[in-house]
Parts: sequence; C-alpha cells; structure tokens
Amino acid sequence: MKNKSLAFWLFLTPVILGLGIVVVIPFIYGFIYSFTDWNGIRATAFIGLENYISLFQEDEFMNSIWFTTKFAFVAVILLNIFGLGLALIVTRNLKSSSLLRTVFFMPNLIGGLILGFIWQFIFISVFGDIGNLTGIEGFNGWLSTANTGFWGIVILTCWQMAGYIMIIYIAYLENIPKDLIEAAKIDGASAFQRFKNITFPLVAPAFTISMFLTLSMAFKIYDQNLSLTNGGPANQTQMVAMEIVNTAFSDNDMAYAQAKAVIFFLIVSVVALTQVYYNKKREVEM
Amino acid sequence: MKKNNEKRNLISIEVLGLILGLLWISPFYLMLVNAFKTKRDIFSGVLGLPEEWITENFVEAFIDLEFLKSLFNSTLVTGLSVAIIILFSSMAGYALARNKSKLSGFMFFTFVAAMLIPFQSVMIPLVALFGQVDMLNAGGLIFMYLGFGCSLSIFLYHGAMTGVSKSMDEAAIIDGANRFQLFWFIIFPLLKPISVTVGILNVIWIWNDYLLPSLVLSESNATIPLKMFFFFGQYTKQWHLALAGLTIAIIPVIIGYFFAQKQIIQGVSEGAVK
Repeated sequence: MKNKSLAFWLFLTPVILGLGIVVVIPFIYGFIYSFTDWNGIRATAFIGLENYISLFQEDEFMNSIWFTTKFAFVAVILLNIFGLGLALIVTRNLKSSSLLRTVFFMPNLIGGLILGFIWQFIFISVFGDIGNLTGIEGFNGWLSTANTGFWGIVILTCWQMAGYIMIIYIAYLENIPKDLIEAAKIDGASAFQRFKNITFPLVAPAFTISMFLTLSMAFKIYDQNLSLTNGGPANQTQMVAMEIVNTAFSDNDMAYAQAKAVIFFLIVSVVALTQVYYNKKREVEM
Repeated sequence: MKKNNEKRNLISIEVLGLILGLLWISPFYLMLVNAFKTKRDIFSGVLGLPEEWITENFVEAFIDLEFLKSLFNSTLVTGLSVAIIILFSSMAGYALARNKSKLSGFMFFTFVAAMLIPFQSVMIPLVALFGQVDMLNAGGLIFMYLGFGCSLSIFLYHGAMTGVSKSMDEAAIIDGANRFQLFWFIIFPLLKPISVTVGILNVIWIWNDYLLPSLVLSESNATIPLKMFFFFGQYTKQWHLALAGLTIAIIPVIIGYFFAQKQIIQGVSEGAVK
C-alpha cells in the first residue's frame, strides 16, 4: 500500500477521525484554554500563566498531588509483591492452581466503582463489627480519617489489581525452562538461590511491564476514590484525577481545571517515560 | 527424605494459597450473605448468616435499578463500541503495517504516543466540543470510545500483522481481488486470535467505565455503573438494598467470566505483555 493509494487512506480515515476529534483536538485546545479564562463555552482573554500560578498556591490541589504520589508509591510496591507472590503460588503444581487463578483474577473484571461500594460496606460495617467483637480499637472508624481512607484505597486497589499483575508474572514464570530449575536443584542450589539466580533475572522484563502499568494506573485512579471515600473526610483523600473532575464539573472552573489537567499530563508522562527508560537500560545491562 | 520434605512444602503452599483465596473472595461472600438480610438483621450484625433468608431486597433493587433497561444500555454501548473498534482498528493496523513509508511510521507513532495522554487531560474540552454539536448522547459516547480505544487496538493489530505473510496480499491481488476484498476475506480471518484479545480488553474496560458515561449520558439512558452510582446515593445507610443492588450489578460479569474464563485470562495477559 503506497501513500498515494486511495485504499490506504480509506483504511485509516475512521481512526484518524476518531483519535483526532476525541483525543488530539481536545488535547491541543485544552492546552491553549489553560492560558485563558475559558468558561467551557468561550474564552475572552489570554491570562498567561495565571491559572498555573494559582494552582501551585492552592493547598487542595497540592495536597491531592502529594496524596496521589504517596498512594502510587505504596500501591506499586505492594501490588508487585502481591502479584509476584500469587503468581509464584499458582504456578506451583497445586491441586487448586486453576481455581486460585480464577479467584485472584476475578475482582479485576468488575468495575472500580462497584468494588469501592462493596469495600465501603466492608470497612464501615464489617470492620466495625469485628472491632466490637474483638475490642480492638483499630477496626473502628475506618474511612473517617485521612489515614484510614488512604489505606482503604490501597487495600481496595491491591485486592482488585493484584490478580492482573499476577497474570503478567505468570506469563513470564511459565516461560522459564523447567530443566534449568531441575539442573540447579541437582547442583544443590537452595530454593532461595534458585529464585535469585534463575527465576528473578528471567522475570525481570515482567517488572518493567508491571511497574509501568501499576504506576500509571495508580496515578489515574478515579472510580475507586469516588466510591470508597469520595475524597473525604474534608477532601483529604482526594486524588489528582478527582480534583480535576470536581474543579471542572462541580466548581465549573473550566480553564483552571484544564491547567490542572495539563500538569497532570506532564506528571503522568514524565513518570511513564522515566520508568521505561530506566527499566530498558537495566535490562540491557543484565 | 528429600521427596517427603518437598511434598510437605507443596502442601503448605497449597494451604497458604487456599487461605489467600478465601480472603480474596470474602468481600463477595459478605456482600451476598448480607444482601439476604433484613435491615434490622444487618444492624444487629454483619458477620453471621441471616436469621431468615429473604429475597425482597433483590426484587426491590432490581426494580429501582431498572436493571433490564440499564443492562440493555450497557450491552448496546459496549457491543457497538467494541464492534467499531475491532472493525476500524484492524483495517488501520493492516494499512500501517503494509506501508513502510515515513508517513506511515509517523502515524503509527502518533497512535501509540496518544496512549500516554490520561483521560482527565482531554475530558473537559472533549465534553465542551461534543456539547456544542449536540452529541452528548449514546452515539457520541460510542464515537468517543473509538477514539480512546483505537490506539491500543491498532498497536496490537499492527504487531499481529508481522505474522501474516505478504505473499497473501500478492496472490489475492493477482487473482483480481481489490484491497477491501483482500482484507476482509483473507487477512481479517487470519487476525481472529488478536481480534478476540482486542475484543476482550475493550469489553472489560468499556463495560465498567463510569466517568465518561457520567459526563455524556443522561440518567434515562444510563449504563449499569452510572445507574449504580445514582442507586447507591439513594440508599446510603440502607445496606440491605445497596448490597442486593451491587450483587445484581455484578452478575452479568460473573456469568461472562464463567463462560469465557480461559480467553479472558489469555487476552488480558497478551494485551499487557505486548
């Protein structure tokens, strides 16, 4: 197919229109609008960096960035530990292997909104009852403080996503030649040595993928945040994505919200690109 | 002796796995059991079994959720969106893979790079734009899903094309087929495995999406997640009804998972690893 061929362009027209109208044009317009006083319908003046200056002075927005960063850091570590751990369990020759895969992966298929509602019940009612029954104070009042809200979203995310990360690790673990492990066993390598010297290096590419996926996912979380804590108490558990949605559609502050959205894009891309760059470099060195 | 040790090891791993498995499904178990309780029963405790198993909660939630209607809306939006994503992305993936020019490479790069843009970064101008041309409806929503879904799908189709020999094209052209016939009757059937993957990944995402429909659809044509949000807001602190509604809302997913489990896990794995 040549550039000039009509078929080439006919084959591409629908997706060019789709991506162009839905992503590229709004992205460019959004960037321009963020320097104006756009109210969603029209913009009357360029106001330069005013939106950007005020967002860096806004406590609520800066708090949401800090909260999201903290969350992403914790979630990435825990998700990869759980994902790899579960994968190591279900790739052993167990009677329940396939049943366990099914169970661990199941939450992933259900939307974050619905799962967040289910966990609201768990954290409030079930935890409350466990607290009353055992007399342990730590079970009471979940989601009513910023700290328990934070860990609530972390637990929900780990429960939902660990099965997904598990699937990625399984794909790599199952590609490890069995005779390599057997040979190491015969040579007297301990289980830990086998993991460190054979399994770990061979699943290293899975780390690249999982870290990239979990990190970008953690930064973009919205549904779980909305249904579990709705940002409360007092917007202390509000993540960046929700902050932008609320600024735009509750406060109707469109240009200002768009400036936040541009910053959000920059953060997400820098994180993602750095991640890919470093992991590629490390893989080559190994 | 060593064999015995290993067996014991395996049993303890199995036990650990089963404990984790139980822990993993416990939220669903607690949701289901408490959905059968009366309001008073839930108030007196959520850890035990119901005093009396009642089904009224489900009936009430089913009616209030207008479940058949939301199920229909979800199926329509998801089905049509995924169909056009498969249709147009496969064509684009083929065209980009068969054209080795710089322009083609640049377009492919643009599609892949667009995956970096988070939804929230385009959502405000997007909604404003579609509002101005009066397209904040199911049709507009389906078109938006094409825009957001085509990048990854084109990427996957483009990758799969490396396994389809160019001699296929040449033979068909010599036999007098045009590009469309060639694609639909020869290439597209060969891409079936990747079409399954693309379909599964997009169904999971679109079926569960909440934020985009909440900005685009009105309550009268709400999808299941959107309806669930309204429903839950209405029944805060009435867990017996809320839990019954949540149970109903996840039933279609559980049924789908039951029938297509192998394809789903394989599709998700392929989509992530590539």
